[in-house]
Amino acid sequence: MFELLTPRRWAMALCTGAVTALVCLTGCGRSSTNDLVVYSARVEDLIKPLFDRYSKETGVPVRFVTDDAAPLIERLAAEGANSPADILLTVDAGELWNAAERGLLQPVASAALHSSIPASLRDPKDRWVGLSVRARTIVYSTERVKPEQLSTYEALAEPQWRGKLCLRTSKKVYNQSLVAMLIAQHGEAKTEELVRGWVANLATDVFSSDTLLMKAIAAGQCDVGIVNTYYFGRLERDEPGLPLKLFWADQGSGGVHVNISGAGITSHAPHRAAAQKFLEWLATPEAQSLFASTNLEYPANGAVQADPAVLAWGDFKPSPMNVAQAGALQAQAVKLMDRVGYR
Amino acid sequence: MLLCLPALIPLAVIAAALVAPDREVWSHLSRFVLPEVTWTSLQLMVAVGVISGVLGTTLAWLTAMCEFPGRRFFDWALLLPLAMPAYVLAFVAVGFLDYSGPFQSWVRAWLGSSRWVPPVRSLGGAVLVLSLSLYPYVYLLARSAFLTQGRRALEAAQTLGYAPRQAAWRVGLPMARPWIAAGVALVCMETLADFGAVSVFGVNTFTTAIYRAWFGLFSIRGALQLAAVLMVFVLLAVVLERYSRAAPRFASARDGGRDQRRYPLSRLGATLACGLACGTFVVAFAAPMLQLIAWSVQRAAGDLDMRYLGFVARSLTLAGTAAVLIVSIGVLLAYIQRRAATPIASGAIRMATLGYAIPGTVLAVGILVPVIWFKNLVQAWLRGWLGSDAPALLLQGTLLTVLLAYLARFLAVGFNPVDTGLQRVTRNIDEAAVGMGVSGVALLRRVHLPLLRTSIATAAILVFVDVMKEMPITLIARPFGWDTLAVRVFEMTSEGQWERAALPAAVIVIAGLLPVALLTRRSSHVA
Repeated sequence: MFELLTPRRWAMALCTGAVTALVCLTGCGRSSTNDLVVYSARVEDLIKPLFDRYSKETGVPVRFVTDDAAPLIERLAAEGANSPADILLTVDAGELWNAAERGLLQPVASAALHSSIPASLRDPKDRWVGLSVRARTIVYSTERVKPEQLSTYEALAEPQWRGKLCLRTSKKVYNQSLVAMLIAQHGEAKTEELVRGWVANLATDVFSSDTLLMKAIAAGQCDVGIVNTYYFGRLERDEPGLPLKLFWADQGSGGVHVNISGAGITSHAPHRAAAQKFLEWLATPEAQSLFASTNLEYPANGAVQADPAVLAWGDFKPSPMNVAQAGALQAQAVKLMDRVGYR
Repeated sequence: MLLCLPALIPLAVIAAALVAPDREVWSHLSRFVLPEVTWTSLQLMVAVGVISGVLGTTLAWLTAMCEFPGRRFFDWALLLPLAMPAYVLAFVAVGFLDYSGPFQSWVRAWLGSSRWVPPVRSLGGAVLVLSLSLYPYVYLLARSAFLTQGRRALEAAQTLGYAPRQAAWRVGLPMARPWIAAGVALVCMETLADFGAVSVFGVNTFTTAIYRAWFGLFSIRGALQLAAVLMVFVLLAVVLERYSRAAPRFASARDGGRDQRRYPLSRLGATLACGLACGTFVVAFAAPMLQLIAWSVQRAAGDLDMRYLGFVARSLTLAGTAAVLIVSIGVLLAYIQRRAATPIASGAIRMATLGYAIPGTVLAVGILVPVIWFKNLVQAWLRGWLGSDAPALLLQGTLLTVLLAYLARFLAVGFNPVDTGLQRVTRNIDEAAVGMGVSGVALLRRVHLPLLRTSIATAAILVFVDVMKEMPITLIARPFGWDTLAVRVFEMTSEGQWERAALPAAVIVIAGLLPVALLTRRSSHVA
């Protein structure tokens, strides 16, 4: 091979590299200034169909870049007034709350958004808005558990579930916001007791994904767990017939814990008006149906029906608390979970 | 010094965070998180370093110095696990071996209970998987050491009365020490920086604590401070290792090996050698690869279309460009260190290679923030000068930023093999060359580069494959639309669709490795 690495070829390779870099340096910059730019923590497969449809209907091209929310937010903060981004799209209310608190999102007074999206799924200061609802509830083995045994999240901390509970890692933001909402509902002291009970009831180490957790319940390693419903939907689709069912938690009290996938307009958005139009379009029934059903989530717009597979799980009462709480209390929740050894 | 700059800046950004500590986050983490994760990280790093060191060195010795059935195949095939990202191997292993996986299900079906099976999602599981996916670093480096040390020293040892095995132990191994150490150092750094694989195993390390501060507690400052502490520890370890082998020199009489003759092994020895090579190959590569292909066919067949040509092309372009750039700079730095090393220059070079131990996302932000800052500064200056129609600068969000960030992350991978390779070249050669009026760049080009071919190829292969797998930097710094295979893996895994991620992961392995495997095959003949 090392003929390949003679100095001359080496120099040639270097030049090729440099030219490639230069071509892109100039090439990638030549984009129309009318493009809407979205920084998205929601992955391409779930957003591109929507963006394509919007571009087709309105002629406004939408460009996007995907990554985890935290690095995207740092990038937005560093870019400041020169940022090309118009919209930040995330899969968790906490991240939007954080971006808003850091002054990276601007308020949008939109009657259309107010009328189509319930207040609990929007920022009280209108800096971001929920576009789909992610419900996190109890899943159980139909072979070993009767639904009458189940009631609330805190009931899973009772001794009857010793060695029968499976949980996902506390690293995942979905559990952080669940505990944050529990703090909002019950106060910190009671929540700490409750989470301590969960940890004492664990059948095995925490899981890295909801799907693995459900497979463990199906295989008999544990009897109950807490998952986001769309993971259940996906598993149901991929491996039909598993002895698992969803149970709507807290129906007699606080309601099922919900988080959102949502978006806000950046403080220095180059196309503020166009971005607002786009957000309003995303809240319309047509877009809402597509937004939620591509991932088996619930539409944020209450007038829109969820996917038939999702409707089959039955109706539930969601928690009426504003999802912004999840962000405001997230750090407190993480510390609490560290204290009780929820890994 | 200037060459180190792109690699030093992000580290400086990280270190700067130490100035104003986020006390609240610190006091929480140091009480509830750091004691556990520091100990776990240390155990993990030592165990992975030792296992992959022993495994990599043994396999390298067997394929480079001995003859056994299948040697020619394993010679390059043992390199293949390099292209398997650790987090992918981790997921495959957990999927297969965990309670709900096929293995324990069979065990329960046959024996009634699988209680005696040790838990997979544990420190032990993480150690095994990281060792299996990282040993190729040691293998490749040790192999190049054995191939270049020539047989003369070993023959000399044998004429002095050592049996072949003793000669290997007493002479061959010590002579390869810098290479093995360099390989193990890369493994340890990569282990410290790993987030994906340890997350799958539910093992909490220093890196997961960094992400906890950032993602969970919303404290980027806390995260950077932890990263800075990590950096200090790694620097200490690097300095200690250097110091411990400061005295001896490891030159060989010449870049020998062209007259390589291998030991034939006894029947038992050959069986054991073949078994070890075969076992490693199957567990670390063949079996997981089959699983990836099976998942690709079952779950992701519909995903495969013309876009993948683009993903592959972009991955290869990035990896190829980065390999050439980083190895070139690695060679220059190693050469500067050899010819004109001031303590400050050496220190700067050492520092510049630390980026490999910093978790990718943290390092990515560490480089992106100063790049953007610089761009904004120039932009503001241009505006003040030209008014509102100043051209928009395109520095960030271009390949240049991506390459700079890769340089910061992978300089160690490009530098270490070349640096150790240079030690093989006795200084007498330099003096002879200088005596004949060949110096400076000409010395490097006409004398050193030809002698360094194996090391340079090793470095290039490692950087190439590492960039193919790299995710966080590519994600945050890529230009619009520059989606690579690794980005595609992210698109699948970030919504938990691991089975669908099998397709891009399998394509990474195939696209990244075929060229590499071909190169190594030829290198064993040439070198």
